[in-house]
Parts: sequence; structure tokens; C-alpha cells
Amino acid sequence: MSEIKTVGIIGAGKVGIVLAQLALAAGYHVRISGSGSVQKIALTISTLAPGATPATNQGVVSKSDLIILAIPLSRYKNIPAKLLKGKLVIDAMNYWWETDGIREEVLDPSSTSSEQVQQYFNKSTIVKTFNHMGYHNLQEEAKAAGEANRKALFVTGDNHEAVDQVAQFVNTMGFDTVRHYRLADGIMTEPGSELFGASLTQPDLQNVIDHFDETEFGQKIKAEKGA
Amino acid sequence: MVNVDKLQFGLETFGDIVAKEDGELLTAGQSIRQIVKEGELADKLGIDVIGVGEHHRPDYSVSSPEVVLGAIASVTKQIKLATAVTVLSSDNPVRVYERFATLEGLSQGRAQVMLGRGSFTESFPLFGYDLIDYDDLFNEKLEMYSQLIKEKPITWDGKFTQSLKDQDVYPKTDYDGLETYIGIGGSPESIIRAARYGYKVILAIIGGQADRFVPYLDLYKKAAAQYNMPVYPVAVHSHGFIADDEDEAVEVAWKNIKANFDRIGLTRGWAPMSREQFDGETQSGSFYVGNPEHVAQRIARTINLLDLGRFDLVYGAGNQTAAQRERMIELYGTKVIPRVKEILSGEAVA
Ligand SMILES: NC(=O)c1ccc[n+]([C@@H]2O[C@H](COP(=O)([O-])OP(=O)(O)OC[C@H]3O[C@@H](n4cnc5c(N)ncnc54)[C@H](OP(=O)(O)O)[C@@H]3O)[C@@H](O)[C@H]2O)c1
Repeated sequence: MSEIKTVGIIGAGKVGIVLAQLALAAGYHVRISGSGSVQKIALTISTLAPGATPATNQGVVSKSDLIILAIPLSRYKNIPAKLLKGKLVIDAMNYWWETDGIREEVLDPSSTSSEQVQQYFNKSTIVKTFNHMGYHNLQEEAKAAGEANRKALFVTGDNHEAVDQVAQFVNTMGFDTVRHYRLADGIMTEPGSELFGASLTQPDLQNVIDHFDETEFGQKIKAEKGA
Repeated sequence: MVNVDKLQFGLETFGDIVAKEDGELLTAGQSIRQIVKEGELADKLGIDVIGVGEHHRPDYSVSSPEVVLGAIASVTKQIKLATAVTVLSSDNPVRVYERFATLEGLSQGRAQVMLGRGSFTESFPLFGYDLIDYDDLFNEKLEMYSQLIKEKPITWDGKFTQSLKDQDVYPKTDYDGLETYIGIGGSPESIIRAARYGYKVILAIIGGQADRFVPYLDLYKKAAAQYNMPVYPVAVHSHGFIADDEDEAVEVAWKNIKANFDRIGLTRGWAPMSREQFDGETQSGSFYVGNPEHVAQRIARTINLLDLGRFDLVYGAGNQTAAQRERMIELYGTKVIPRVKEILSGEAVA
């Protein structure tokens, strides 16, 4: 896979802007889009993430080595699947009923959100991360490697090489990682899980992930699968 | 530089259910009457604003804040009466105008409208709205509201709202019209929208450090300039608890704020609040907790940092006793506010 020099962020909201700030600080070129015109986000980007280039979705995707989806989950189908063809894509999205509405209308209850995102963008490689920490924690907790009390993010996907590359990217963005090579394990950090909204160090995150089946949420998921 | 003489201090409550000394909960009605009493106390102490939230849940007593504010109006003289916030998206802008214009008359010009998208969602299904229209609802209703408060006959073509043809709304207000704030969470788009309408801005800082909002103020000013609109001093609202003793304040706040956040988190899928998180919030984040000196130092820092015109402390989270709530209000009025002003008038800000 190609080296990551330019990061493309789709979604210029709370999370998208924080990720743009972190990527700029890490030395990447950053391109970012909202749902409307470039003009609509220009002032926001030049003020909150100076150095990032506001663009259209098309303009973000064509020039970036890595794409981050930071839009409400209920909107991902507004992006044509072929736009992301052949791309390495980070899914930072969660089902969030306050913005997405009723779950059954957005997601098929039989699988996880990232699997459905992968199914839709079937010519792209999806890796899930950045989803389980609140946006201001992402902003405030980012630290250089080796610093004390550095926090960790869960990185998971079906493509081994892609997970490793994204994990390395996450590390440059300011976080340790816990990796899994199974996209469906994204469920372990979805809303309702013990990890959603939590900022933990690597050993603590690893510990919760390793014992996921014993958590209340893990038990619930297991029971649903069994049923 | 902060203009200390013009600084305003407010109190806001979401109408949490009050507890008795033995931990048993009061009824919603008793909790509502407690708020009226607290509004009266705040007025006597010279606090500038009392804000009451709107919630449609069992853990809060107030779903109709203007009614409560009307009662407070009748027993107070100076204090401004605000909603914190009015969930405009699931309300009817004509009704919003009518209720506040009534409150404005009752209180001789002390009504303050704080509009927001709200961080709770119960009101959407309750009033027949679909959350998926969250943004569109707010945009349309804000536009309608901004026409209504001109207090002239209005012609309006609505999608989520009723259409009107040259219709007038009543009562008219006697003063300078309704004072309006927009409550803002963390979305840059909201702050630009507030600037575009020329409304005042109140930032809800309910997690993390106030420092991250510094660039937002820049955005607010630039947006106002772009739309040729006035720039007002910005207000902030954050949670807090004050007691005479530092340790007591921390323990009461930890128990109550945690219970409150965890209960809300449960319905949204957040992990429970950890002690580390809480301590981070009280030391350098958005919870103003401690003895009067500690809280005053932290409020002064935030006011200075963000060049604020107003600071509102959200009180009563969880199930506090009436005594704890009232003592907190007394300490805020008699110790914290004067001390914040003193700190900010002096040179050194810690
Ligand atoms: N908030 C958090 O703390 C947090 C943390 C981790 C992950 N997440 C997840 O991250 C995602 C974004 O959350 P957020 O809080 O940042 O939401 P947000 O503040 O509402 O921002 C969403 C952004 O997506 C844009 N957008 C919508 N449809 C689009 C499209 N088709 N093409 C390009 N941009 C589009 C919106 O643009 P317009 O305004 O122009 O429509 C807006 O800029 C969600 O899936 C959320 O679950 C959130």
C-alpha cells in the first residue's frame, strides 16, 4: 500500500475537524469536505484547522492516500460507492440515534455498522477506528508516542495489512492502538459497550477487549447471536 | 480585557428532582416549587440571570419552563428569566413567541429566550417530529422565529411549520423586543448560524477544557464580520457545585454529577463516568466544583481565557437536597461572584 502523505476527511463536523487538526499537527496534508459547497466550510476550516484544504467529496478523495469517513452513519449512502473505489478508508462512524433516527431504518440488525459500510463500499478497504472516543477527548488526549498516560484506540478490519497501516497512522495521530483483524469486532466499541466514550491506556483497553465476552454488553451481543 | 462591571453571572437548573435529607426523592411538584424559591433567593443575592431547562423525562421536573419562570417573575425584581434551553426544533415558533412575550410582560422586560437544538431527544417523538430532520427543523423554525420577533404581520411558507398569510402575533412587547441567545454545543456550523442571525451566543461547555473553544470565538467574530452583524460578549454555561468545604463539595458533586451523567449515558450507550474523568473535569475541565475560592479561581480563568461577558453555573445535577442547593446559591452569590470580580480586576489571574 502506498505511503500516507495526504489525509482526506469526509465530514467537517466536530470529529472531522478534530481529526484534521491532529493530522495537520502530525505533518500530513489534509483535505476535508462537508455536505454542502466548499464555500460553506471555508471560514470554519481556515479558522479551526488552518492549513487544511476545504474541498468537495470528489476533491477530497481523488488526492488523498487515506480517507476518513466522519459523517453521521445515516448519511454514508449519500456518497457514491464508486467514489471510494480502491481506497483505504477509516470508518469513524457510529450509529447514534439522536442524529440517525431509528436503528432499523439505518442498519440491518443482523450485522455491525462497519460491516454494512464495507458491504456498501465493496471496492474499498474499511478499517474501523477513532469512533469510540469523544471528539474533545481525541483533541485533548493526543500525545507523542512514549508520553505518560497516552491513550489508545481500537483498530479493527478484515484486511491485515490495512489494519497495520492504519494502526501506524493512528500512532502518528497521537494514540496507542489495540488491533484486531476482524471488522465485525467493531461491535466491541459501539454505543452501549463499555468502551464507548471511554479514554483508556493501551493495557486497560486491551484488557477490556480481551474480556469483551464477559462484559454486560458482550453478554447481550452473545445472547442475540445465539437467539 | 474583560469588563468587570458589565460581567453577568447566571444560575441555570435543568429541574432535577430534589432529594430529602434521608435520600428519598421529592415529587416533581415539590421540586418545581423549590426552583421558584431558589429564583427568589438568587434575585435577593443580586445574581443576574436564572435559567430553567426544558426536559420531557422522569428524572427532571420541568417540561414547561416559562410557567416556572412566570412564577419566579412574580416574586423577583431584577433577575433575568431565561430558558436553558428552549428546544425550538420540536416547538412551534408562534407559541414560543407568545409564551415569551407573555413572560416579558409579566416580568417587565426580564424574559430571555435561549434557543437550542437541545441535547435530549424525547421531545421529538413526543411532538410528532422525526429526528432525522433534526437540522432542517431547527433551521426552518429559527428563520420563522426571527421573523416573528419583529412583531409585525408575517407571511410565511412552511414545510415543517404552518404557513401564514399576513398574520399578526400577540401580545406585543413593551420593551426592546425579545432578547435572544442561541445555545451552542461544539458544532462550528451552529456558531456561524448564530452570527448570521445576529443573536447572542451561549456556549454549553459540558465536557473537556474551555481552552478548546478559543478558536470558536475567533470563528464567531469572523462570521459576524462576514455577515455584517454585531459581535456580542459570549456567554458560557457549565456544571458546578460549591460547598464551604472543598472535600464535601467534591464528594457531593462526584456522587450527583456522576449519577446524572451515567443515567443519561445509559440511554445513549456511553460508558459510565470514571473517577479519573471526573477529577480531570474538576481540575481543568468543565465542572466548577469546590470551595468558593477554588471555584472562583476557575471561573475567573475561564472568563479571562474566553473573554466572556457572562458565566452561567448549572446547578442541582443529580438529586441534591434543598439545603445543598440553597447553600450553593448563597455561596455563589455572596462569595464566588465578588471574588471572581476581584480576581479579574487585579492583575494576576491564576
Ligand atoms: N461527536 C463525537 O464525539 C464522535 C466521536 C467519534 C465518532 N463520532 C462519529 O463521527 C461521525 C460524525 O460525528 P460528528 O459529531 O462530527 O457529527 P457532526 O458534527 O454533525 O458533523 C457531521 C459532518 O458530516 C457532514 N456530512 C453529512 N453528510 C455528508 C456527505 N454526504 N458528504 C460530506 N459531508 C457530509 C456534515 O456536513 P453538513 O453540516 O454540511 O451537513 C457535517 O460537517 C458520526 O458518525 C459519529 O457517530 C462522533
